[in-house]
Parts: sequence; C-alpha cells; structure tokens
Amino acid sequence: MSNIQEALKERILVLDGAMGTMLQAYKFTEEDFRGERFKDYPTPLQGNNDLLSITQPEAIKTIHGKYFEVGADIVETNTFSGTTIAMADYQMEDLVYELNYESAKIAKEVADEFTAKEPHKPRFVAGSIGPTNRTASMSPDVNDPGYRAVTFDELRIAYKQQVEALVDGGVDLLLVETVFDTLNAKAALFAIEEVKAERSIDVPIMLSGTITDASGRTLSGQTAEAFLISVSHVPLLSVGFNCALGANLLQPHLEAIANKTDFAISAHPNAGLPNAFGEYDETPEQMGAQIEEYLKKNLINIIGGCCGTSPEHIRVIANIASKYKPREATTLSAVEESH
Amino acid sequence: MNDTINHKPITINQTRYMKLSGLEPLVLNENSNFINVGERTNVAGSRKFLRLIKEEKFDEALDIARHQVDGGAQIVDINMDDGLIDGKEAMVRFLNLIAAEPDICRVPMMIDSSKWEIIEAGLQVVQGKCVVNSISLKEGEEKFIWEATQIKRYGAAVIVMAFDEVGQADNYERRIEIAKRSYDILVNKVGFPSEDIIFDLNIFPVATGMEEHRKNAIDFIEATRWVRENLENVSVSGGVSNVSFSFRGNNGVREAMHSVFLYHAIQNGMNMGIVNPTMLEVYDDIPKDLLEHVEDVILDRRDDATERLLDFAETVKGSKAEKTVDLSWREGTIQDRITHALVKGIDAFIIEDVEQARQEASKPIEVIEGNLMIGMNVVGDLFGAGKMFLPQVVKSARVMKKAVAYLNPFIEAEKSDKSEPVGKILMATVKGDVHDIGKNIVSVVLACNNYEIVDLGVMVPPEKIIETAISERVDAIGLSGLITPSLDEMVYLAKEMQNKNFEVPLLIGGATTSKAHTAVKIDTQYKNAVVHVNDASRAVTVVGDLLNKKTAHAYVSKMKKDYDEFRTKFLKRGKEKSYISIEEARKRKFKIDWETSEIVKPKEMGVQILKQLSLKELLPYIDWSPFFRSWDLHGKYPNILEDDVVGEQATQLFEDAQDMVQHIIAKQSLKPKAVFGIFEANAINDDDISVQKKGEEIAVFRTLRQQLKKREGIPNHALSDFIAPKDSGKTDYIGAFCVGIFGAQELADSYKANDDDYNAIMAQAIADRFAEAFAEYLHKQIRTKHWGYASDETLSNDDLIKESYKGIRPAPGYPACPDHLEKETIWELLEVEKLIGVTLTESLAMWPAAAVSGCYFANPEAKYFGLGKITDDQLTNYAERKGITKEKARKWLHPNLAG
Repeated sequence: MSNIQEALKERILVLDGAMGTMLQAYKFTEEDFRGERFKDYPTPLQGNNDLLSITQPEAIKTIHGKYFEVGADIVETNTFSGTTIAMADYQMEDLVYELNYESAKIAKEVADEFTAKEPHKPRFVAGSIGPTNRTASMSPDVNDPGYRAVTFDELRIAYKQQVEALVDGGVDLLLVETVFDTLNAKAALFAIEEVKAERSIDVPIMLSGTITDASGRTLSGQTAEAFLISVSHVPLLSVGFNCALGANLLQPHLEAIANKTDFAISAHPNAGLPNAFGEYDETPEQMGAQIEEYLKKNLINIIGGCCGTSPEHIRVIANIASKYKPREATTLSAVEESH
Repeated sequence: MNDTINHKPITINQTRYMKLSGLEPLVLNENSNFINVGERTNVAGSRKFLRLIKEEKFDEALDIARHQVDGGAQIVDINMDDGLIDGKEAMVRFLNLIAAEPDICRVPMMIDSSKWEIIEAGLQVVQGKCVVNSISLKEGEEKFIWEATQIKRYGAAVIVMAFDEVGQADNYERRIEIAKRSYDILVNKVGFPSEDIIFDLNIFPVATGMEEHRKNAIDFIEATRWVRENLENVSVSGGVSNVSFSFRGNNGVREAMHSVFLYHAIQNGMNMGIVNPTMLEVYDDIPKDLLEHVEDVILDRRDDATERLLDFAETVKGSKAEKTVDLSWREGTIQDRITHALVKGIDAFIIEDVEQARQEASKPIEVIEGNLMIGMNVVGDLFGAGKMFLPQVVKSARVMKKAVAYLNPFIEAEKSDKSEPVGKILMATVKGDVHDIGKNIVSVVLACNNYEIVDLGVMVPPEKIIETAISERVDAIGLSGLITPSLDEMVYLAKEMQNKNFEVPLLIGGATTSKAHTAVKIDTQYKNAVVHVNDASRAVTVVGDLLNKKTAHAYVSKMKKDYDEFRTKFLKRGKEKSYISIEEARKRKFKIDWETSEIVKPKEMGVQILKQLSLKELLPYIDWSPFFRSWDLHGKYPNILEDDVVGEQATQLFEDAQDMVQHIIAKQSLKPKAVFGIFEANAINDDDISVQKKGEEIAVFRTLRQQLKKREGIPNHALSDFIAPKDSGKTDYIGAFCVGIFGAQELADSYKANDDDYNAIMAQAIADRFAEAFAEYLHKQIRTKHWGYASDETLSNDDLIKESYKGIRPAPGYPACPDHLEKETIWELLEVEKLIGVTLTESLAMWPAAAVSGCYFANPEAKYFGLGKITDDQLTNYAERKGITKEKARKWLHPNLAG
C-alpha cells in the first residue's frame, strides 16, 4: 500500500489551490514566457502557463512551496495543458514530454524538501491532466451533430504521452481533472491503464469532474451519478468535482456521489463564481465556512481549491480540515478492520 | 401431473449489482424489475432499420431509437452487422448522432456485433457505461481473454454467449459448463467485475415436434437458476420470442408462451432480456386451459404436451398452428392438397395428386390451368404479402415443374392446346459477366407466376439478345450483371434497343446495378420503360404492371417521371463533395515510418500452386451470412436462424445447404484450386508498386489514390502506401493470389436437368461460399506459414493476438482497388490461367464464377479503405502510367469518376 493510501485513512488530505491565479501576480511578459531558449519561437507564447516550468522554474517552485507551507498535502504539477492536443495552439507538440517531465521533477523536489523537514506529514505530487480543448462526445459544429473534432484514439495517444512523462518525472499520483466530457476522461483512464500494464506499476489516480451549470450535469450532459458510473471501471484513489462552481453550489453534487462509491471523495471548488470582471472574490473565510459544511456532513477525503484560490484560502481550509475526520467509505473501513 | 420445475424460492448469490449509464444512471439492485432491452435498432432484426441505414436516413433511424426509449426500453441495442453496409462506420456515425439526442442517450447503449472492430469502434464513441453484445469462447480462450480485457479497460459490461469451441450450448449441462468456465476465466484471469457479466444462455424454440427440443425451455430456466445461485453477482439475459417460434402466426398462443416462459424464467433468476411488450399476455389473464397446455410444453410436463397444445392452439383465436410433420393435410380436397403441396414446397405426393386431378378433369391441360395455377396464385399472393420467402417460392416452383413434367406427355397425346403463358421474358447475364444466381432466382419466380422464360444464360453478346428478342417476340428483357464493366454493357444494349425501335420494357438487376446508375445512364438511352429491379419479390409485380395492357401506359409514364426526378436529385447530390488534386493527395499520403516499421522477409518466395485441398478444410472458414442474402433472406448468421420473421425459412434453407455440402464433399463434385506467390516489391512514383525478382522488375501494380478532401491529418490512401518506397532503401514484399472452385456449373446443370432449380441455385451459392472461404483459408496460410509474418498468430500473448489479423488482401473490383484491369497484372504475374485454369472474360470477370483474386499486403499498418471518387487529373495520369488511352481508362474507372 502506498503512503498516500495510509495518509488518506488517517486524515482529510489537503490539495493545493490555483496555479494560474498565483502566476498572474508575477505579471510575466511575452519575453518572460519565452526566456532565452524560446526567444525566436515563431508563435506568441504568453499565456502558455505550462511552459513556465521550463522558462521560469523558480516561480513554479515558489508557488508549490507556498502551498506546502500553508498545509497542503498534495500539489498539482503545472501541466494542465500538457498534451499534444492542447499544445497545438502554441505549436509546441514536440515539447510535451519535456514540459511534463520537468514540471513533475520540480514539484517532486519541493515535496521532498518538505517531507524531509516534516516526516510525519509526507507531501505528494499529483500529475495534473487537463481535459484538453476538444470534446470527444460532442460536435463543435451545430449543423453536423455527428462530427467530432477529436477521436478517442487521438486523445488516448496524447494522454499516454503525458502520463509517461509525468511518471518518469516522479509524480506520486495522477489527477485527471476538470472533466467536462466523460469520454475524454475515459480515454485518459485507458491511457493510464495501458501505461500501468506495460510498466507493471501502480499509480493512484484521482479523477475530478466538472458540473457546469445549475442543472447539475456535466457539459456532455451526464448527471453526477452517471458520471461516477462511467469512470468507476478503473480502481480510482478518489473521485469528485472541481472548478466551475463555488463551494456552496458543489455540495449537492458531492452528496449525489458520496454514498454511491467506495472510492475516496475529493472536491476543489472555485473561490465562488466569477464577478463581472471575471475575478473570483470569495474570501478565504467565506470559502472555509462553506467547506466546513461538507466536512460536518462527512462527505470528504481530499479538499482543495481551484480557480481564484490562494495560499491564504488553503491555509484556512487546511485548518478547518484538521478538525474533522475523513469520510469513511465501506472499503476504507474494511481495510482498517483487517489490520 | 409430473411437475418438473423447481418451485423453491431461488437464493440469488449477489453482493454487488451492475451499474450502467447513459446521461442518466441505470442501477440494478435487489428490488430491480426485469430490464428490458430495445432491439429494433438492429439491422439483423429489423428490415426497416436496415433499409434506413443503407439509405443513410439517419434521422428516421434515430426516430426508431427514440421510439423504443419512449416505449420503455431501458437499454438500446444497436447492431450494424450487414455485409452491404460498412458496419464500423455506421456504428460510429449512429452512436455519434445518438449522443446529440438527450432523450435517447439518457439510457445506456448496448453495442452489438460479431466483429470486434465494430465493438471497439462503438466503445470509443460513447461516454456512458455500455454493454457489449457479445463475446464467447467460440474461438477459444485467448481471443475471449483479450476481448474481455479490452472491454474492462473501456469500462463496459459484457454479454457472454453460452458458446464455446465445441458449439452452442443446447442442454442444461452444456449451459452451466460453459457459463462456469467463462465466469472463472473472466473473474480469475481477467479480473472482470462479476457484476458486469451477463450470460445469454440461449433461448431455443419448444414444441417444434422434434424430441430433442422438448427440454429447450426448461433447460434454459434451470440453467438460469444454477447460474444465479452459483456464479456470484452475474445477470442472465436472452431473446424471449425464440421460445415460441413454432407458433408463428398464432399470436394468442405466442403471447401466452412468452408470459409463461418469462414468469418461470424470472422466478428462477432471469433479470434482463429482449421482449416485445406488444407480444406479451399478462400471466394471470391467460385462460386456465391455455395456461395448462402452455405450461405443459414450456416445462415439458407430459410426453404429448406438444400435440395437445397444437390441437388446442386451433381453438385459440381461430388461427391455425403449423407442425413440421403433420400429414393431416392429406385428408383435404384434391385442390387443397395441391395448393398445400405448392405452398409448402412438398413434392412427395404431387405426382399422385396430379394424376388424380387429371383423371377427374376432362382434359389434362385443365390441371395446369386450374388446380396448379390456383395453387401458384396462392403462392404468389403470399410472397407478395411478405408471408413467404424466396427459398420457399423456389421450392414451390420445383413442385410445379415436377407436376407439369408429369402432365406434358398426356397433353401431347391429346394434342390439345398448350397452356398459354401470360408473357414471355428474355433473361440474360450480359457479355463478359458470368454471375447468374440472381438472374436464375428471378427467372424461377417469374416462371412460377406463369411467365415463359427464355434464358440465354451467361456471357451473352448484345447481338444475340437483340436477335432472340425479335425472333422469340418477347414481352420484356431482363439483364443481369455483377461486375462493374457489365454496367456499360447494359447501357450499350439500351442504346441498341432504341436504335432498333424496340418497345418492350428493359429490366435491370444484379449486385453492381443500382437505381442511380439505371436512372442516370440507362434510362436516358431508351425511350421506353427501364426499371431497376433488385429483388425477386419485386420482379413479379413490376413485370405484372409493365405487361398489363390496361395499366402499362400509366405505369411506364410514372416510372419515367420517377427516374427523371431521381436523376435530377441524384446529380445535384453528387456535387456536394469536394476533391483535391492528385498531387495534393500524394502529399497527404498515408505515411509509414519505414525506419521503424517491421518488414518480415517471407519464408517462401515465388509462385506456388495448391490443388490437393479437401473442401472439409474450408468448412470452418465459411461465412454463411452472404449465402442467406443471395436468397433474399437478410440477417447475420447464426442469429438469422432464430429471426422472428425469416428464421424458420433460414433454418430450413441452412439444413438443405448442409445436406448439399455433405453431398459435395462425399462426391468431390467441387474442386478447389489456388495459385499464389510472394515477391520483392517497392513503391515507386508514389502510386505504383514495382514487383521484382532478383532485382529485376517483373510487373507493376498501378494503384489509385483517394482524392476526397479530408480533415487535416487524415491521409488520402493508396495501396502503394503500404509498401516501402524505393528511396527508403528497404526491400519490401507483396503477394498475389487467385482461388477458384471448379465444378459448380456442371453440378447446377445436373440439378436443372431434373427440373430442380432450387438445388441448382443452391449449388452455385455454395460454390461461392467455398471460394470466399478458400480465400480466407489461404490468407491465413500466407500469414502463418508461407510468408510467416504472423506465424505467432496462435500464441497466447495479448499483443500477438492483437496483431493476428495483420495484413490485408484487397481484390481488384472491390472498394480499395476498383480497377478490374489489375487482374490482368495478377494473371500475368502468377500465370493463373496456365497453372490452375481460372480465366478472365473480356469484362475481366473470372471463370469459374466462384473465384477470388487479389494481392497480399503484410504491413501491420495496412488496412482496407474505399477509394471513393477520383478526378480527371488522376485518370489522365493513371492512363499514362499504365500506357493505355484515356478513353480505355475512363471505360474501366467510370463508376469511380467524380462529377
């Protein structure tokens, strides 16, 4: 049994907050994004946050460190867009392996420092696997509902490359997140299972979907429970939701799945809904109070933040989480009893 | 009463329950009712759905799916297994369209196919948790394990058929043996979640009159109980309507049988299945006496249960039940007996009945014009109403011919007038073409309807058709052809008919013909009626309308108008697609990385002959589905045998075919011969393949490249892409082959000489199946032995199995290589005619007709594709490369020319 599974039985684990929000504060320019190495690259690179793991590694390390400092158990690698499909926007398909490998390595270095300092609280790195910018079960063309901009195999191959690089870079687990189309997630899971089988390794997988609107469905139309069923064929470490909604609006969907699965439950909501300027303005205290509602109901095993959250948010969340016991799913408790 | 069934409440062994999903969850639990699967979206089970898919009327096809969900189907079964459609493409397209219909895709999908590639393609486009229908141990453990592993990784539940290497489970012991073995493999070796396993334990008909079918229902029910009590967490499913098959036509009894069967099956653990809700009586509403008789049969409670139910069935809703060996019809009037013999195709008593009729008649001709015609009219009506099927009609014709042959000497002796046919039809397979099964079937069906047929056979020159039509004063001309050059022959003949001021209607049929070609190319050449008739059942009504003096004029104008409109619409439609230039297409060729691609050096080079093969060896390779299609019975084998509509006929036909196969093997009346060779080869000039022997070029294959404009990143294929180009510096290889089945014509003629068209057509259809099976067999021998690039095909390693069907064998005249001229290249390269005697006609059809030829490509990335349309620049370039005139190239390729 890996460390994280032990830790998960003992306490509620805390995931980090937003990477993008933190990077905005640096106000990196086009030149900063390019660095020396890509100064002559043919396409504009500003906004390619994943690239900063290569061109501004110190900033990335600092942000990981800040989250660990305030109590996060797990940080996510800076690889949300690290597939050939998402990188096509920047013509950086060939860089995908290196981006993921370096991002994993950086995060792992920071995690190891903290684990060495505080051995009773081991820190973990989750390889972040985003949804890409294409959907496998919806047509982008309203006039041709049968059309697809990406196929399962294209996704599977792209994800496999990302997964191999993340694993080579030393991540402790993988986080397939912000799933708006379950078929994309199934391709990612398929790729992970292939890598696991080919290398005879086991890597814990967190999977996190996104409920996009008040109807309580994913962008591709599934209810929370249908989504859960569609991804439960793989032995997940955890399943849950992130992004799109604030903590309060996420609660009913967490309730919808919490008693229907033996997997751990995770949530990393946004800091509320964006305001008129596209900014998130829920304070750490406001967000913490809402998250405390989940914890009181014993719904959660892993908690963190998504868009708009900062180390301050995570500090408050970590403090609250330390006061509550983790949710007990049937198999988790069964494992404990057998010890 | 001897009650056979176990009435103790079942103790279902279940701790985990199956969960499926569409947009919404479908979760089974201990309180779940029976899960009903909708299966009207199945091309093998619904002719309407098949037609809609063939005609690409996807909107209407979606309506069928929606209707099922609205009607309460909790899972939708989708099956696209039909030889005439691209199953994989249709499956993907339909599922993608369903994904955009929330009121359909809210329920889980069941992906139904006998082909793994179709199943996998389906799994790749559905976000919810599906059910795969189905896998089994039929082809051994390795394939079973590999498929189950993949299904698990895609996150689907699976239906496992009770089928293993030995065959389909048909009794209690075999059902539990196969279920147990399948379960153990899935759970222990694959790690498949037991709650995601669904067993289909084979529901077979009862009350068939066959002793061995008596326990079909009770065995299923008891096996279901055993499975649910012993194999933890699984479900049991099945197609319920099969059980009442022998009572087709008596819905009262069938509904009761379904209810009784389900009542007991569900009590014993069946929890899922395909049930038509409109064919179900409420168990408690079944009248007590009927219930008792039905339960006697379902539960096999008495030896005479079937007879008693048959007798009783006569009283149910006044409909008459049938029975296999029931001689009660012999007690009817002479007319009833003759009609019955014709309708049922029974020739055992026809001579004695006709003889009695002749004695009662004042003239022998009256028996033909009276008794026999009355019977044949019944046959015609039933066939027209879709209540009889082609094989039955051909059998009716056989009885008719026998009767007429018996009567003729009496008629001659009396010197009385001969029977007057209602019309005379000339039938011919056009010049250069040798295929005539379809034409023979249409001829027989028309003859049944009292038309006189002048059959000129195969490879008939146009002059002979014209000449005969004039001298015989025929009323209509029917032309048939299977290969593409025959289309030109038909156009030519239509022109000639116009030049000679013919007025008789022209009928067009055969596999390569279409309404589109008929409307666009043939109809415009001839001022009088031209009608495309592609199935025998339509031939009778079409000819009837054309030759009826009262209606003919109106009918012909209507047809002309219809074709005119169709033509306009069709020509408009063709303009929508856009094409790229051949240079551009070559830039977008399918690229194989020749540095890393594995090229296996063939174990045996050069040309070899195979003549001493036993037909027995080919039996396992026969694909029977096309055989049924040649008889106008649509559906895939073996499911077709249990089909609601055509199953009974299909079963009968299949039994007759098996008898003939045994006969053919015993007498060695068909002889398989093959020639094949493997050579060094390199792709040159993009689209050509240079075949070499010791560095010297001995032949060049000219391949054609797709020119349809495609999405970025999707290649424009040509077969040459699968062979390493010269400039790669690698030596690659190509194979070529021809297989032929000799003796079919002689065999068919021997049956014809005995007025037995049924068996004559059967012989040809079987020879065709053997030819295809031979090609399949030889391809396997090439892969595993002669070339040996897949000699590990039988090893158990997953990856090896994945590659087991590596390589392709495209045939000239088929979608990847529509160019028949490439056959000439094969003939020269392999000296086909000299070595095995298969010849090419002027239209490049192979003789004997039961023959297959093509090339072998071994690269693991080689795959089948359809060329589609090409444009003028490639035509010009192709003609230059091949050293023929552009006109000649156009003649051969015109079906593939865009615009």
